[in-house]
Amino acid sequence: MSDGNQGGVDLKVVGQRPIRPDGVDKVTGRAQFGADFHLPGMLTGRIKRSPYAHARIVSIDTRAAEKLPGVKAIVTSADFDAGAAGEVEAGESHAAMKEVAANCLAHGKVLYQGHAVAAVAATLPEIAAEALDLIEVTYEVLPHVIDVEEAMAADAPVLHDDMYTKGVTPKPGKASNVAAKHVMGRGDVAAAFKAAGVIVEGRYETAAVHQGYIEPHACVASWGADGQSTIWCSSQGQFLVRAMVAKILNMPLSDIKVIPAEIGGGFGGKTTVYLEPVALALSRKCGRPVKIVMSREEVFLASGPTSGAVMDVRLAARMDGKITGAEMTLKYQAGAFQGSPVNLGLMTAFACYDVEALALTGYDVVSNRPKVAAYRAPGAPMAAFAVESAIDDLALKLGMDPINLRLLNAVRDGAKTVYGATVRYSALVETLEAIKASPHYQTPVGKGQARGVAAGFWFNVGGESSAAVHVDEDGGVTVVSSNPDIGGSRASMAMMAAETLGLPIERVRCTVADTTSIGYSGSTGGSRVTFATGMAVVEAAQKVVADLKRRAAQTWECDIAMVEWKDGVATCTDPAKDVKPLSMKAIAGKTAKTGGPIAAEVSLNAQGAAAGFGVHVCDLEIDPETGRTTVIRYTAAQDVGRAIHPAYVEGQLQGGAAQGIGWALNEEYVYGKSGLLENASFLDYRMPVASDLPMIDTILIETKPNPRHPYGAKGVGEVPIVPPLAAVSNAVSRIVGKRMTSLPMSPAKVLAEMDK
Amino acid sequence: MSGVDYLAPASVADAVSALRASAGSARLMAGGTDLLVQMRGGRAKPQVVIDLKRIPGLVGIRCEGGGFVIGGATSGAALGEHVALKAAWPGVIEAANLIGSTQVQGRASLGGNLCNASPAADSVPALIAAGAVCIIEGPAGVRAVQVEKVQAGPGKTTLAADEILVAFRLPARPARSSDAYLRLIPRTEMDIAVVGVGVSLTLDAGGVCNAARVSLGAVAPTCLLVEAAGAALVGTTLDDAALAKMEAAVSEACRPISDKRGTAEYRTKVACVLARRAALIAKDRANA
Repeated sequence: MSDGNQGGVDLKVVGQRPIRPDGVDKVTGRAQFGADFHLPGMLTGRIKRSPYAHARIVSIDTRAAEKLPGVKAIVTSADFDAGAAGEVEAGESHAAMKEVAANCLAHGKVLYQGHAVAAVAATLPEIAAEALDLIEVTYEVLPHVIDVEEAMAADAPVLHDDMYTKGVTPKPGKASNVAAKHVMGRGDVAAAFKAAGVIVEGRYETAAVHQGYIEPHACVASWGADGQSTIWCSSQGQFLVRAMVAKILNMPLSDIKVIPAEIGGGFGGKTTVYLEPVALALSRKCGRPVKIVMSREEVFLASGPTSGAVMDVRLAARMDGKITGAEMTLKYQAGAFQGSPVNLGLMTAFACYDVEALALTGYDVVSNRPKVAAYRAPGAPMAAFAVESAIDDLALKLGMDPINLRLLNAVRDGAKTVYGATVRYSALVETLEAIKASPHYQTPVGKGQARGVAAGFWFNVGGESSAAVHVDEDGGVTVVSSNPDIGGSRASMAMMAAETLGLPIERVRCTVADTTSIGYSGSTGGSRVTFATGMAVVEAAQKVVADLKRRAAQTWECDIAMVEWKDGVATCTDPAKDVKPLSMKAIAGKTAKTGGPIAAEVSLNAQGAAAGFGVHVCDLEIDPETGRTTVIRYTAAQDVGRAIHPAYVEGQLQGGAAQGIGWALNEEYVYGKSGLLENASFLDYRMPVASDLPMIDTILIETKPNPRHPYGAKGVGEVPIVPPLAAVSNAVSRIVGKRMTSLPMSPAKVLAEMDK
Repeated sequence: MSGVDYLAPASVADAVSALRASAGSARLMAGGTDLLVQMRGGRAKPQVVIDLKRIPGLVGIRCEGGGFVIGGATSGAALGEHVALKAAWPGVIEAANLIGSTQVQGRASLGGNLCNASPAADSVPALIAAGAVCIIEGPAGVRAVQVEKVQAGPGKTTLAADEILVAFRLPARPARSSDAYLRLIPRTEMDIAVVGVGVSLTLDAGGVCNAARVSLGAVAPTCLLVEAAGAALVGTTLDDAALAKMEAAVSEACRPISDKRGTAEYRTKVACVLARRAALIAKDRANA
């Protein structure tokens, strides 16, 4: 393990802001994304999708489509392996493969508008489109349910007749849409409420929101005559894609090679498969490579948003502001298949605070919506919206400063979380203090404006990762990473390798390898890559340094203990030896004489990821006649351990805040009476555009580097989407004069509240 | 499988013949910023696309009789760069320049915006308020029609199948005249008007309004000219009573739907607010 191997003040590369190695390709258009790959003889695949929210598939007649010249293959769920079973580790959760398969191609029933029913591969896109029209699907339309609480009702249409609520004893007598009930807690909540000096309570709602990655899902799959196959795709985990496709098509893992493309955003949404097994099934049927690219409409209809939620929260506190107990019930939409992040909502809801008595209940509820996928701190932002709103109510009731109230209740090292972990290496207190001292918080709120404050937590994870460091013959270095780069991780990998090796950053390049070229790695998710894969990179670089020192000692015929490696040069500290220092280049050029090529690969299961805490403050104003909100000033502070590349860490904070502000103000899935999505486009699904936001100011708190990482890194990507929902709504509530409990706070909704 | 034929005639007569020859399967294209998106999304499936931009006069701005003649396919960017036009009709230009993004502005045109016949078209309320006239050519010759007579409903116009909107004529401006356009969108750009309002007015030497036109977008199946709203301002200095009367007329004229972009109630309220604000901006500009 890497304990204690912390870089000190003499860091030369870590903490600098070099230009990102993938930057030029991305701004010049040279980078190859999922849709950019072509093969000779490649066919276009298209997906036939359900026009209904809920229906039984009576029959699928593909005969007319098969006869269309140019059509080479058509598949339905019958072409998947019916025995696909078991689970696959998928970023922050496990995925039940039977359901992933049924989401890729519907089996028996369609469960939401846009649910894939069949797929076609043809020689031209126009032929594929025509073939889709010729596939005749006969449906028996069923009653549908969209709203989470309606889906929980006893008389709701049931999506899965074999779904009995888990976590309830005795086992329910009839199937329902409640996939699971989760219960978590500690202490005597009833006593806390009985003794409370003050109680606040509220009911909160959030809408389903999409990750909104700019690159639609895309892949090329090519089946080999002997079954050995290759998939090129944009995903957050090439190993994950391999595992899921292998399960769904019942293939050995080693027969599938997945080559990761450049990825145009994922935010968690690319930690599953939609197209890859379908494309490979089509390719298997016709023997030609097949490319499938989703349209934006398909992305909205059929790829994962995150859950909308209904939440009840109740806080008990003493008159001095100390929170003594809390009750919370979360009802999260899972979409058409079980697996909402409601358990993560329960675990994170009160993670910022030291609350003695907690009673938390969560429901994972299916309805006729697309299956949710991970989205940046899955499950946490909604729960934090409810809790941070309630804490804001408490501050108002007690007349306390919202930062002071949070400081009074903040978790400190040694505290126990409700899920059993002990808080370590945490800097929530420092983060709150930094916001309190910030120029933003120290500036009085502008006339007609209001200020909101909120905190947020995310676990951050470690886990399985592999990385290799190759010394090139000219003394440069290639770092081989196992994780697709969604947030600048190639830069941080190269920087940590350069730091360890004592090389300038320009002499280190980093590549993301396919599944056959590096050891296994978990997906890019959970804010784990700089921590876990970074640890593998550093350990591989340390092995290389040890090897370089060994070779220098061998050349000088001295004890290896007398070799010092610094700034990319070996120096002999033995005063008896009159030898010149050996540079990286000198050693790399003569490897044949010292034991062969210099390279090291490390596979590890990284432990000791430290949680992250964020505190955001938001100033905004509202047009009182139109209800339109304008964010005026926004500052995000975060406990980041040590920032390897501060600019990209700041970028993560800004990106998370921007997405959270969109979630708070305008983003939502809008359904009509027939259960169909009415805004499957970026025009009417309103993510913020650049001109909607002020510069997001950032404060990086580096007072508590993670001692379990060689350079002190903590995950940073997910925390910043947790506080904004409440930071924005706490400010809006101040101006409206009443608690805003429902997101998004669109102009019409705000005006209606103001006019009440 | 069917392709799409692209024609770029060099005269209105050629374009009209191409339209007639296509027997309803052709679509006219100015900038294409609506049409091409509709074709890609499968909502429009023309067999022939007739590009109007090579026809002399369809692109460009000229001064005529103290007013302006604007080619129907002139881009928003070109309109925004025409200093005299912008000085005379700031409301029309700010409306045209709100369409889409900077990139879209390089193509989007007034003619396309009007003939796409969206009730939420940004430039149309401004053109209606301005009293702009369309020059329309067809087999029977040339006719002039007020802009407010062109939209017939969402996606529908009163143009005959073989007619082409060639240009807009903006009248000469009396002294102390100006206009303004405001829209409500939840974002700051790249969005469609939840409500749009254009106001054009003229003041006399004493600051009393002697002519005013008010037009609304996105509150009915077509953009509306609300004559009573304009009339409420005439003979006043746009005092509170006059503005309240104008708002009442606006509210009376609104017949919006509730949809994903806003409720009927919200649209009606905001139409009144924007009408008042646009009227006051136009007044300030006229006084400037």
